[in-house]
Amino acid sequence: MAEHKPDQMEFYKQEELQQIDLNPPKEGWQDQPADFRPGSWIYPTKPKHLESLGMPNPREWSPADEDWQLPENWQEIIHKKFKELLGKYRSFRIFMDTCVRCGACADKCHFFIGGGDPKNMPVLRAELVRSIYRNDFTTVGKILGRACGGRKLTMDVIKEWFYYFYQCTECRRCSVFCPYGIDTAEITMMAREMLHELGLGVNWIMEPVANCHRTGNHLGIQPHGLKDTLEFFCEDIEDVTGIHIDPPINKKGAEVLFVTPSGDFLADPGTFTCMGYMMLFEEIGLDYTWSTYASEGGNFGLFTSADVMKKLNAKIYAEAKRLGVKYIIGGECGHMWRVLNQYMDTMNGPADFLDVPKSPITGTVFENSRSTKMIHITEFTADLIKHGKLKLDPKMNDHVRVTFHDSCNPARAMGLLEEPRYIINSVCNNFHEMPENTIREQTFCCGGGAGLGTDENMEMRLRGGMPRGTAVRHVQEKYDVNQLACVCAIDRATLVTVCDYWAPGVQVTGVHELVANAMVMKGQKERTMNLRLEPLPGAEEKEANDGES
Amino acid sequence: MASRDTGRIVVGLVIFLVLASFPVWFSATQGRSDYRPELEYPAGETKCVESKEYMRTWHMDLLNQWRDSVVRKGVRTYTSDAHHTDYDMSLQNTCMKCHTNKANFCDRCHDYVGVSPKCWECHVEPRGAE
Amino acid sequence: MTAILALGAILILILLAGFGSQVAGLQVVFGVAVPYAAIALFLGGLVFKVMSWARTPVPFRIPTTCGQQKTLDWIPSARFDNPHTTLGVIGRMALEVLFFRSLFRNTKVDIRPGGRIIHTPAKWLWAAALAFHYSFLVIFIRHLRFFTEPVPGFVKAIQSVDSFFEIGVPSIFLTSFLLLGALGFLLLRRLVSPQLRYISLANDYFPLFLLIAIGTTGVLMRHFQKTDIETIKAVAMGILSFSPVTAGGGALFTIHFFLVCVLFAVFPYSKLMHMAGVFMSPTRNMANTNRAKRHINPWNHPVAFRTYEEYEDDFRDKMKAAGIPVEKE
Repeated sequence: MAEHKPDQMEFYKQEELQQIDLNPPKEGWQDQPADFRPGSWIYPTKPKHLESLGMPNPREWSPADEDWQLPENWQEIIHKKFKELLGKYRSFRIFMDTCVRCGACADKCHFFIGGGDPKNMPVLRAELVRSIYRNDFTTVGKILGRACGGRKLTMDVIKEWFYYFYQCTECRRCSVFCPYGIDTAEITMMAREMLHELGLGVNWIMEPVANCHRTGNHLGIQPHGLKDTLEFFCEDIEDVTGIHIDPPINKKGAEVLFVTPSGDFLADPGTFTCMGYMMLFEEIGLDYTWSTYASEGGNFGLFTSADVMKKLNAKIYAEAKRLGVKYIIGGECGHMWRVLNQYMDTMNGPADFLDVPKSPITGTVFENSRSTKMIHITEFTADLIKHGKLKLDPKMNDHVRVTFHDSCNPARAMGLLEEPRYIINSVCNNFHEMPENTIREQTFCCGGGAGLGTDENMEMRLRGGMPRGTAVRHVQEKYDVNQLACVCAIDRATLVTVCDYWAPGVQVTGVHELVANAMVMKGQKERTMNLRLEPLPGAEEKEANDGES
Repeated sequence: MASRDTGRIVVGLVIFLVLASFPVWFSATQGRSDYRPELEYPAGETKCVESKEYMRTWHMDLLNQWRDSVVRKGVRTYTSDAHHTDYDMSLQNTCMKCHTNKANFCDRCHDYVGVSPKCWECHVEPRGAE
Repeated sequence: MTAILALGAILILILLAGFGSQVAGLQVVFGVAVPYAAIALFLGGLVFKVMSWARTPVPFRIPTTCGQQKTLDWIPSARFDNPHTTLGVIGRMALEVLFFRSLFRNTKVDIRPGGRIIHTPAKWLWAAALAFHYSFLVIFIRHLRFFTEPVPGFVKAIQSVDSFFEIGVPSIFLTSFLLLGALGFLLLRRLVSPQLRYISLANDYFPLFLLIAIGTTGVLMRHFQKTDIETIKAVAMGILSFSPVTAGGGALFTIHFFLVCVLFAVFPYSKLMHMAGVFMSPTRNMANTNRAKRHINPWNHPVAFRTYEEYEDDFRDKMKAAGIPVEKE
């Protein structure tokens, strides 16, 4: 048997991960240092990425080191940033002041459920920062200190912040249950922003950020590479459908700019979703364009700081303006839609050079995007299907028994719940929901959002993915579900691991992959395979019969 | 940095302060902030069944005991702890014999502290009340 | 440990007030200085805190959406759980403030052998919280009979509803016992549940013990160690009309009154400020009109980003070689 390492899922035995003790230890949490065991934390940012972004304190270091090589006056730096953020965000202030520790959030976090580490209870995750707030920024805290829940800002606190704020996927599930709407995502964002002041970040976020800054996308795909990729997809599409597509790239004067997370260019099964978009646009004859400059819908700046988020997001409107498009459609992605729905217009608007999105096929005006001028692909497609503009043959997906994973951000920062379900129900005959406490606004994270979707923290990903994974296994056992559909590129990357581990046999798919497989295109040849180039059930047999006759 | 909804928050605060200070402005507008009930004591009597302090605080219990004693046990005589005098346990024949005017005695205090005892749902108010 | 710390603090406060009631010279302190200080600390602190929140901007519109968004005409949207109108927000806030909507969603997780995760509805916290808050409100309104002259009709009406069962003389109020029961439950869950005990601070036990002590002394005064309430009302009215009388009222009353003063005094400097915070939480009080109406961030400073020109300068040759259109040949 091969030796497995902590960054491989095979390293972890299910029975061991399932031994979860939700009961906390005897000693109080205030003085327990974080346990940096392999598999639980993410590699720090390489100095070159921080340098290219002009961010402070680039250096080689490791969380496993005793000395993190912080600047001499690190306490002062944190204090200053803390104060600045308290002055900029009412959310931060209110979330620091109003928590009553009722505990409603405690067992709502996937990392706590899957791991039992008490500091993964949202309430304690926030207390890691709140205790410093009390001690340093409130009068009562300054007087009573420890007696009223204050803590001094020590090196162990910084280490603890780094550990636990990179064990939060900013999924906002706790915020749904909090009687005051306290959103741990907000607190995590503040904590990460403070940590960045000391040069403390993780490479899995900062390398994509640096890439995106230079090349326009997280993966660092250069313009000619993107063209190659899209053309390669078109070859596969032609193999499957017999239809040739020329992908429009950086086309001035197109009606629509299409932006999707770059994950869709690189890795299966996202690539199949990307093919799905292209087939859909080809079929309806949409006048659209890809952009190599704004080739990233996702935004790892969201996991870094408000300024970095704005910096990366700015390219989308800038490119829409340069190309002279009328409006923008965005692909299937989770955190991307958090940014597009809740931040883009405020940060980089007003988009007064664009038109209110109007479907050229159905004439539907998307009033809900009146200001931002950007619509979600499932809004666009649901409208097409409702108006009968697509010829669909759901039987093509009959071998698929599908369930739908609501991605955190579209669910809890947008409310995109029915659009994807309507589409799936239109293109599949076998759709089964997971249990109600695990879907819609109560959906569970994949365990790898907010920049945690790498391998070196595999233990935490498997633990965090357990609530989702067991819900998938539930429908797998009950309804024989074999595909998990989602509208998120990070999901399409991370849920593959989660399913392989917790519900082996279930594949992950994007909604538009399902659409494209069921779509009867004008002039297509008879389909014998799906977009994954897998033969359709019955097709091989039929081919054989055809040969005989 | 002023935020855009400061106005609405100030309005909310003002509403809260108006509500919170309700007792102050309500009593002030009624002109009775310094009102204190004055009771009409029976002329020519020097003592009640028990001490004045006891009666102020515990009269409801005493009356309750009397009622239970009379109705349930048939015992009608009460001996004062304060001065060992015997009394007939009767609201109408003992208490109201001296305190003839309910309005000027009972009601004044009861109204002041917002109490509405159920005595008179069964008992007949003394004529002095009219 | 934290519970003991909080309990100790309450006991000291009780002893302090008990002692104060016995010393003639201290009546001015407990009857005059303390209540005025408490009112000043309460109002001043509350206004200061709320204004400090108000002065802090809300840079982004970040509602936590708990239902279907408003998009296509034929998809019904969740009017309150994902509001897109001011009326919807008012509805959402009303549900939150009056009925504790979010707490009502509460579930409890159990992990069964074989790693099955079971989420079951858990309404006890919601029920106890609702029982406590409404009881407190009713009790607060009932107490207005000591602070108003004449006693307004609505105060009498609430009293008569609250004493509906007419048990005892004076009749017991349901809310007194509902309040103590709910507080007892809230305290017990903190002490019994390992997770809650772990997250609880002295800051959490202190208000619970304080409220339990206030409620208990109140019940004692009404039913066991009766107090001359005519005198007490005179004390209360004296404070409100700024002509305080130091008539006393016994040890029990002094303790009850002092603890209430402490409650008001610590209110704005403690977690009790959730009373105001619940109205101002940006994840709840904003409409999800994110893409329909631009939200303005007052500190939205410019951030340099890589322009298309810089990008093309970097990749022009490769773009041309690949046949991708460029601005400058």
